[in-house]
Amino acid sequence: MKKWLNAFEQNKRLQAIVITVYVIITFVSLYLAQKSVVAFLLLLSSLLLLHFTTFSNRVKWLIGIVVLSVLLPLAASQGEAYQSYMEVATLVGIYIAMALGLNIVVGLAGLLDLGFVAFFAIGAYTYGIFATTQANNFMPFGTYPLSGESFWIFLIIGCIVAALFGILLGIPVLRVKGDYLAIVTLGFGEIIRIIFNNLDKPVNITNGAMGLASIQPPKLFGLEFMYPSQFYYVVLVILLLTIFAVRRLEYSKIGRAWKAVRENEIAAQAMGIPLVRTKLMAFAVGASFSGMMGVVFAAKQTFVDPTSFTLLESITILVMVILGGMGSVPGVILGAALVTILNLQVLTELTNWLNQLSLSGVVSIPDALSPAKMQRFIFGVILILFALYRPQGLLPAKTPRFDEKELKSGATNMVDGKEGAKDVYFNG
Amino acid sequence: MIEHVLQTLPQVVIDGLALGAVYAIVALGYTMVYGILELINFAHGEIFMTGAFVGTALFLSLSAFGWLSSMPMLLSLLIVLVATSIVTGLLGMGIERVAYRPLRSAPKLITLITAIGISFLLQDFVRFITELKKGNYILTGPSLFSGQVNISASSIWSGFHDASVKSSFFIVLVTAVVMMMTLDFFVNKTKWGMAMRAVAQDRETAALMSVNVNKVIALTFFIGSALGGATGVLFAIQYGTIDPYIGFILGLKAFTAAVLGGIGNIRGAMFGGIVLGLLEMFAAANLPIVSNGILGAEYKDVFAFSILIVVLIFKPEGLFGKVSIEKV
Repeated sequence: MKKWLNAFEQNKRLQAIVITVYVIITFVSLYLAQKSVVAFLLLLSSLLLLHFTTFSNRVKWLIGIVVLSVLLPLAASQGEAYQSYMEVATLVGIYIAMALGLNIVVGLAGLLDLGFVAFFAIGAYTYGIFATTQANNFMPFGTYPLSGESFWIFLIIGCIVAALFGILLGIPVLRVKGDYLAIVTLGFGEIIRIIFNNLDKPVNITNGAMGLASIQPPKLFGLEFMYPSQFYYVVLVILLLTIFAVRRLEYSKIGRAWKAVRENEIAAQAMGIPLVRTKLMAFAVGASFSGMMGVVFAAKQTFVDPTSFTLLESITILVMVILGGMGSVPGVILGAALVTILNLQVLTELTNWLNQLSLSGVVSIPDALSPAKMQRFIFGVILILFALYRPQGLLPAKTPRFDEKELKSGATNMVDGKEGAKDVYFNG
Repeated sequence: MIEHVLQTLPQVVIDGLALGAVYAIVALGYTMVYGILELINFAHGEIFMTGAFVGTALFLSLSAFGWLSSMPMLLSLLIVLVATSIVTGLLGMGIERVAYRPLRSAPKLITLITAIGISFLLQDFVRFITELKKGNYILTGPSLFSGQVNISASSIWSGFHDASVKSSFFIVLVTAVVMMMTLDFFVNKTKWGMAMRAVAQDRETAALMSVNVNKVIALTFFIGSALGGATGVLFAIQYGTIDPYIGFILGLKAFTAAVLGGIGNIRGAMFGGIVLGLLEMFAAANLPIVSNGILGAEYKDVFAFSILIVVLIFKPEGLFGKVSIEKV
């Protein structure tokens, strides 16, 4: 078996054939069997297959983008389930970007943030308030709602506001012992929800428990992004930018400082890394990703209310990171995709199926056991089992191993820096 | 405004004491485990919640058998308290054995993550069982000790209004004080207590002094969880309705109390709990009045949380963190 695998790993042409055949088969099956969730998931998992091939990075990215931006929408577009598939894919994208943000905080800097969804909420409300008539209640100037074209600016504003809150929260906490952070963020997540829930008096800012309805969808050159199938592309572009940014951050100076702090704070400090500033930076950057996706989420749902931002959401994102592998970008992407699909598709499908079974009287499942309610149980089990038996996650992070020979031979290559460094990493 | 604050003061103090006693004992569980393992045991709030459910279930089954009315009230309370604390104590020991002990040398992040996992697991487990038995996960216990007692505070000073309390308040307060005093005696005066303090100070040296570290840690978890579970029962008696998610925010506040008193310090945790309970009740009663209705009573959770932040900024070692060297 191992020999086969090795041979397969060396033969690029074989890999190319396998992946092409796989993509074609799943494409055709999704094209023909529109209702089949399995085909949809199989087509998505071609990306996982792609991850394990030994093509060069550029080729992998190219194939991945083609599959995601052309093949997937094309294959799904043939039936009624099109919008719901795209809805799932869009949410998967949003959660991946959030999990990547949390990955910076938990995976790279080793700080446990249990209130991550608070920043998501802040981002969502930042856009939600100004893209509805809500802002008229307290803003002395301007007319609201702002048009959908402001969405693109709000992506940045959401980032900044969330990062600001991250820094404000981090300053008192990060100076003291690290484990306080977990409990303070836990509290913060809950507090933000309570505040948003009650901030309808004296001045109605968030409209309280009623939430903000009919938020303007984003607009670009007069084109409104209303349907999930259109929104999918917005998320895809943002996601690609996010992955790019995370990748670059990971191997930058600050990224290496994060990892050093994670491994040993005292040693890192001794090497001249400013501890508090580095941690704050991780916290702020993570928060800003979450804030940005909050803006996207608000624009996509066109409705936000405090119930979308519970502790369960924070833990869900944590589960994504732990499941995939702390500190590993491909791992976190996989983890986020798995958990989101589990949440949105598998559990609901299972519940429907069980309901049908009990309706037809085959078996009777008590309502308490319905899988849709079992999220906490499943997440708890995942967290415990992975922490005990596989703390590195499904796709463990690779630590770059620098090959001395290549470094010397590629010295000219290294002058212009980044390109060369990347190559070294992926050969390692 | 001040007049009104003073008028309600007796009631606020009484409610605050009841709540503070609950916080204090739950905070003990956090502080003991933190003192000995340097680990925030997130599952502790859930152990408290489990205790509340086990206790209520026992009360309900006792009354279903008709024993509740035939026994003296205090005896049945005692039975339920002891039974519940044994159950939750064993639960806490089991959690330590399964989830924390294998990870004792692992990075702290990993242990915190298992703690979260345990806490989620417990929440859903309790929800599941309750929903299976009762059809709804919100549980209302039999009303016990519900007689109203009037405290005529106005006879002390005419500026006060009279306060009224359920008689369960006295049960909660007395039981809590007894539990805290017993624990304080146990930790400071007995051999096992000395072993606990030794392990908290330096695990390796304690082991060299032939202290069985694993046993001591297991014992710490047992005691902390037993106290937490018993407090759950008291909570259920005092407030009547419970659901599987009460442990989370209460645990958070109890942790705040532990930090306020200086984490790792047992007497500090008791003091911090009482102070936090009083402050919170005070805030809940007076925030809407002081702020002219801008801040509703819902902000009392925010208030407790801002105390945590303020303590962390100005006195991260807590009120008693430096004064006392003992650390359990």
